[in-house]
Amino acid sequence: MLAQIVFTLVFIVAVALFTVQVRKIIRNIRLGKNICRNDRKAERWTTMARVAMGQSKMMVRPVAGLMHLFVYLGFVIINLEVLEIVLDGIFGTHRLFAFMGGFYSFLIGSFEILALLVLLGVLVFLARRLVVRLKRFSGVEMKAWPKSDAIYILLIEVLLMTAFLTMNAADYQLQSRLYGHYIQAGAFPVSQFLSPLLPSSTEALVFIERFCWWFHIIGILAFLNYLPISKHFHILLAFPNTWYSNLNPKGHFSNMQSVSNEVKAMLDPSFTPPPADPDAKFGAKDVVDLNWVQLMNAYTCTECGRCTSVCPANITGKLLSPRKIMMDTRDRLEELGKAKDKNGASYHDGKALLDDYISREEIWACTTCNACVEACPVNIDPLSIILDLRRYAVMEESNVPNSLSAMFANVENNAAPWKYAPADRLNWAQGDWSKE
Amino acid sequence: MDTLINIPTMAELSAKGEQPDILFWVGCAGSYDERAQRITRAFAKILKHVGIKFAVLGTEEACTGDPAKRAGNEFLFQMQAMGNIEVLNGYAIKKIVTACPHCFNTIKNEYPVLGGHYEVIHHTQLIADLIAEGKLVAEGGAFKGKKISFHDPCYLGRGNGVYEAPRKALEQLDADLVELKRCKSNGLCCGAGGAQMFKEPEPGKKDVNVERMEDVLEAKADIVAVGCPFCMTMMNDGVKHVEKEQEITVLDIAEITARANGLL
Repeated sequence: MLAQIVFTLVFIVAVALFTVQVRKIIRNIRLGKNICRNDRKAERWTTMARVAMGQSKMMVRPVAGLMHLFVYLGFVIINLEVLEIVLDGIFGTHRLFAFMGGFYSFLIGSFEILALLVLLGVLVFLARRLVVRLKRFSGVEMKAWPKSDAIYILLIEVLLMTAFLTMNAADYQLQSRLYGHYIQAGAFPVSQFLSPLLPSSTEALVFIERFCWWFHIIGILAFLNYLPISKHFHILLAFPNTWYSNLNPKGHFSNMQSVSNEVKAMLDPSFTPPPADPDAKFGAKDVVDLNWVQLMNAYTCTECGRCTSVCPANITGKLLSPRKIMMDTRDRLEELGKAKDKNGASYHDGKALLDDYISREEIWACTTCNACVEACPVNIDPLSIILDLRRYAVMEESNVPNSLSAMFANVENNAAPWKYAPADRLNWAQGDWSKE
Repeated sequence: MDTLINIPTMAELSAKGEQPDILFWVGCAGSYDERAQRITRAFAKILKHVGIKFAVLGTEEACTGDPAKRAGNEFLFQMQAMGNIEVLNGYAIKKIVTACPHCFNTIKNEYPVLGGHYEVIHHTQLIADLIAEGKLVAEGGAFKGKKISFHDPCYLGRGNGVYEAPRKALEQLDADLVELKRCKSNGLCCGAGGAQMFKEPEPGKKDVNVERMEDVLEAKADIVAVGCPFCMTMMNDGVKHVEKEQEITVLDIAEITARANGLL
């Protein structure tokens, strides 16, 4: 009975703390500007099904894709087992779902195989980070917390899966002894091979089974509360993030209606633009100038670095790293959110995403080639943030590299990015080129 | 054929009360850049050869605003766009072909919301269609046995999902098509996009087009086929950088097709 009360309290506190953290993240995401992404719903559901649930973009890199598939399936499917564990904890039962008989054995058996595959995946991932040291997991933005975060997640998963299998191994032994409430239930295709390693005394087996049960479930509840401060939060946000994907062709950059109104008013004096929002800026200087989908993108990023590894600027040694753009956006948003928690919702700390986090050198190195957008397994769009920062630099500050101001002047005065006379536009057709 | 090839302008056609089947949007690079002018002329020869009734805007054409938009100057972009849309709508243009993926992307995707609705195709799409219809032959000839690699332009490939049309135009050449290591949706940029063409690159280890040359050298390509005037500049500079001007030629799909059809 005491165990049930303790468990129920721990469970309630863990879920409550998690809810508080998630609400803060939602509040932060809502600091962004509004953008309508509720159209084309059928296409959005299929995108989410294909990209998030179906892991389609992960498989572009087969080794990482397959290992990730194991861990992902393990996470989704073993959570069915967590449901049983939680109910057992609350009601003081043991293997509550055992009444399902053969189907229960099938479930437990599959969870065990999945747990083994998860262990395999996680060990491969650890090796890629610690032994092989893949280049994509390094970089200026991958020092300190982001570096340890990745390792912590993998170690936690090793511990959870080991506890799960050890618990089953002890249970398997106890079941074969027909001890107490350890009824014959489940199939143990993996843990039966672990059970000979366990001590033979029944008391020790019960202790191991209980210890692993508590360790596993408290570990999961602790991990739940680790998610919101970790890159691992992608396991939740990947789904809405892909649902709210940009469905337009990647070459299509957003139109700025505020600019359309001003340009129309310039070209047609009879056009009366709707009143402009006095606080609105052109482009983005800080996270609050971005739209909420861009901010959700930032919280969804799991720092895998596929974007950066295909970025032509990054490959050739420039400062720009699309992953850093996303991490900076998230870190700045977290900082602003904390400042608002402390000093009230209207507080502004005077810092900004541009310059305090992302430098000019980074935003001007982008070739807008969309390789980062294409590479992201969860449809994050770093390019749209780079473009919004450029828009601010150009239209609010007129702070652009000199050669680009010259290009702008040429387009404006000569209708071409180079200084040629518009009258010469058809010169290419002159002369005799029939034999060319 | 006349010694001087007549290129009809919309103003001329309109004065005669005629409409073209398609407007050829030449673009700034195709109009002014000496190397790109040759692409423009090759494509014009193809249009003449197959008897498509086309016209150009000539001096009425202006920059689509692409480099301004990618660089963040939405004002300048929309000024350009609205001016061009006024001209295009004035001539009641329905269909546009262009040899520049940047013009293609901008007119196709970014003009509609500003009032410009046209069917826009890239010249490699038209060429692929004409080959499929049998109006253009694509026999080996000069290309027989040569290794050709296609460098995907970002705004044609990733930007708009057009990967097959340019390859269709090359497939029947009797040549040896070798994909670059980074191709199609994984294609590496030439380094010119996003207005980089008009500025010095930021400090780094090397230029993007030099990085791209590693793929070209690995594929042992004799010919790098491109579908974008900016890629043309960058690939040519890259070839010069690795001092392979004698071994590697950079040609636009229009030039390759024109040559295969005896037009060049």
